[in-house]
Amino acid sequence: MTDYRLIGRSPNRFYLMQIDLKNIHKHYGSIRANDGISLIIRPGSIHGILGENGAGKSTLMKILTGFARKTSGSTLIDDQPVDIDTPAIAAQYKIGMLHQEPLDFTALSVLDNFMIGQISGVYQKKETYQVELMETSAQLGFELDPDVQVHRLTVGERQQLEILRLLALNTRVLILDEPTTGISRNQKDILFTGLKALAGAGKSVILVSHKLEDVIALCDEVTVMRQGKVSGRMTAPFHTDRLLKMMFGTLPSPPVHRPANPGKVAIALDQVTATGGRAGLENCSAMIHEGEIVGLAGLEGSGQGVFLRVAAGLKRPIRGKITFKGEMLNGTGYYGFKKRGGAFIPASRIEEGLIPGLTITEHFCLNEKQGSFFTVWRAALKRAKECIAQFNIKGRPAIDAAALSGGNQQRLLLSLLPLNPTVLLLENPTRGLDLGSAHWVWRHLQEHAARGTAIVFSSSELDEILMVADRTIVFYNGTVVTDIPAHKADADTLGRAVAGGERPQ
Amino acid sequence: MTSSSGPGSSKTRHILGRFRQTAVSLLAVFIFTTLVLYLAGAPPFAAYYHIFMGSLGSWIKFSHVIKAWIPLTLCACGLLYTFRIGLWNIGIEGQVMMGAVFATALLRTGVEDGSPAISFFLAFLAAIMGGAIWAAIAGWLKTRGNVHEIFAGLGMNFVAQGIILWLIFGPWKRPGVASMSGTELFPDNLWLFYLPDLRLSPIGLTMALAALGVTTLMLRYTRIGLNLKAIGANPRAAVLFGLKPGQYMLLAMAFAGGFAGLAGAFQVTGVYHRLIPSISSNYGYLALMVVMLANFNIWLVPVVALFFAGLNVGSIQLPIVLQVDSSLAGVIQGALVLTVLAAHGFHGWRKQSQIKTLSEGAVPNA
Repeated sequence: MTDYRLIGRSPNRFYLMQIDLKNIHKHYGSIRANDGISLIIRPGSIHGILGENGAGKSTLMKILTGFARKTSGSTLIDDQPVDIDTPAIAAQYKIGMLHQEPLDFTALSVLDNFMIGQISGVYQKKETYQVELMETSAQLGFELDPDVQVHRLTVGERQQLEILRLLALNTRVLILDEPTTGISRNQKDILFTGLKALAGAGKSVILVSHKLEDVIALCDEVTVMRQGKVSGRMTAPFHTDRLLKMMFGTLPSPPVHRPANPGKVAIALDQVTATGGRAGLENCSAMIHEGEIVGLAGLEGSGQGVFLRVAAGLKRPIRGKITFKGEMLNGTGYYGFKKRGGAFIPASRIEEGLIPGLTITEHFCLNEKQGSFFTVWRAALKRAKECIAQFNIKGRPAIDAAALSGGNQQRLLLSLLPLNPTVLLLENPTRGLDLGSAHWVWRHLQEHAARGTAIVFSSSELDEILMVADRTIVFYNGTVVTDIPAHKADADTLGRAVAGGERPQ
Repeated sequence: MTSSSGPGSSKTRHILGRFRQTAVSLLAVFIFTTLVLYLAGAPPFAAYYHIFMGSLGSWIKFSHVIKAWIPLTLCACGLLYTFRIGLWNIGIEGQVMMGAVFATALLRTGVEDGSPAISFFLAFLAAIMGGAIWAAIAGWLKTRGNVHEIFAGLGMNFVAQGIILWLIFGPWKRPGVASMSGTELFPDNLWLFYLPDLRLSPIGLTMALAALGVTTLMLRYTRIGLNLKAIGANPRAAVLFGLKPGQYMLLAMAFAGGFAGLAGAFQVTGVYHRLIPSISSNYGYLALMVVMLANFNIWLVPVVALFFAGLNVGSIQLPIVLQVDSSLAGVIQGALVLTVLAAHGFHGWRKQSQIKTLSEGAVPNA
């Protein structure tokens, strides 16, 4: 039975809405981010927008939600042409978007966040909102404590909160941008069940994703985008190979797992305790060998991030010893780590890895040895051009690094690495990348490992870890629960360890 | 990726855009001051006429403007370093004062018998040191003590002012009297050489022009300039590039303090020929406005500095000629500052939305 309570409290609660996008163009200079996109979003259905990074999915959604203006084309709501020029207008039409990074106030409680945007007048009865929050939450199968501060929630829980908030605002079209990035499998199941219930209640749900499995598991209908155009459409049941072909043209070859040939110990942590993340890091010991690729698994904030930052010298441990090829690394900071041949690539590429406002050439100039007094622009430009060609970066040397797409930012970061680093630490190296880019990144990293670089990476995708890691260290609540070689690891064992289940033998 | 219109043309457009921003800000300043003048009962266009004539009416008046332009430009050059790394060097005012104090101290300590050229050289060097040390203290409080540079700088300004007052009324008081008018005048041979007809100091002018040249070179063609920019734009990523933000912050502060100190030395040797309580003439604060209005662009700094200097000098005469209250000149400057800040905020907002548009236009993967 359809539960109409989910549609909200508005007087026209049974109103169903159809969105028609016709021949949408969006040009940024000479770049055609959207090149004649047409699609129909039917009420009560889950519509997938599938495509690799930079295919134009986000641009299209920005046009629909008023964050960007289309160059040409028309938007129709129930056959009436509308101009959605600002996010406020989108909100009037009850179009709501769940962004990749939830737009919430982390210092406030769950209930306060829920109330924001709904409240008017002076006196607010919190109880009313609390009841509403708990009821809708229960209907969708979410479990949220209204009094907890948002910064204590996981990304998945913050998404749930944001969905509840959008529903309370009578949102009829819910857009989700890569919602499964950084959330656990369990949370994903809860989310998908909730979304199906919403579609059942007459809402339109748009899932923007580059993950085939998500789209297949959830959507009724899929529009595939490639290079700013619609490259295909399909309704359930889906045909995986055909979807892949629509996404990529030709299928990218996955990295082949090669047998590890570990050498001497490159970096070792001995009984290290540190704060940070949700759980910190407690009494962690690990040894990473040359030429070895080690995956760090665990729910977000279980200690993998702190592990990488402590090892890189970016974070000072409370206790414990860090050694780099036998040398004490404690207290030398990132400079000591870098000097000895270490490198760290953070997950947030433009926030922490690259410098927005600096061009690609300036990044290469910055990356060179700090010997000379004057900058040698000619050499930097030459290097930039070489790396753009070698790493297949889509951008000119004079382009601002912030204007690159996620995949190209990661390529730029990789091209800035020294030729033969001893230790390479990566935080979610393929987060937000499409399959093609992710495979490219891994093939490149494997070349490093083959030359003897010790690679440690964290990932929220067990599949990725199983695909490339020679060894997996699983973190739960700040401690290492298991350290398991590739031939003993499978999805089930790792999944249980990640969730804090029994310790595999 | 398809190539867009040639890089040359887009660069030209970019530069034109910057000039347009500044022009729009100046227009806003103009409208707002007109309003203030009107409200104060002064005929606005007569007032502008007198400001214009008072600043550019004769070569002598213009040389007065240049006299104000020199310290303003020196301070503005220094501020380009701190703004580049993202620091608000409000303490520049105190750094000018300490430059003046150090220069005075050197000129007072028995250099009369030596050659004036050497005295000046040493005095300028001392002033650079004084300003740099004063700035470095604020920088050190920022990097080590986690004190925001605005509060540290403001505090240091009060301390510097206190030191000047103490020196004037205490150790350096004129024989017999201690007065607000300052210390005793230096002997003639320690007045900075100026062209007698124009009352213009070629040395001061050279210093300001050299500061502009050096700063252009430093910010554009040296690693230090690039590193400052990188740290200013993203200190966390700069660490990953092996840079130490703390060290560069101290360096930028020392540069700013050095230039400000030089401005202080010019005030002492070239303008007042003694130490007075208001030796900095608020040029430090004014230079903050100059740099912001110039949109942190060194090519616009001398132009905007000239505009401010002209306004500063020209409005001195207003109370006398137009029979308006003497506080009006101050009100005009205050209005200027407000308008510049508002214009700056507006540009910042525009720039942010531009950056957003830029990142939206991410180059699609082929």
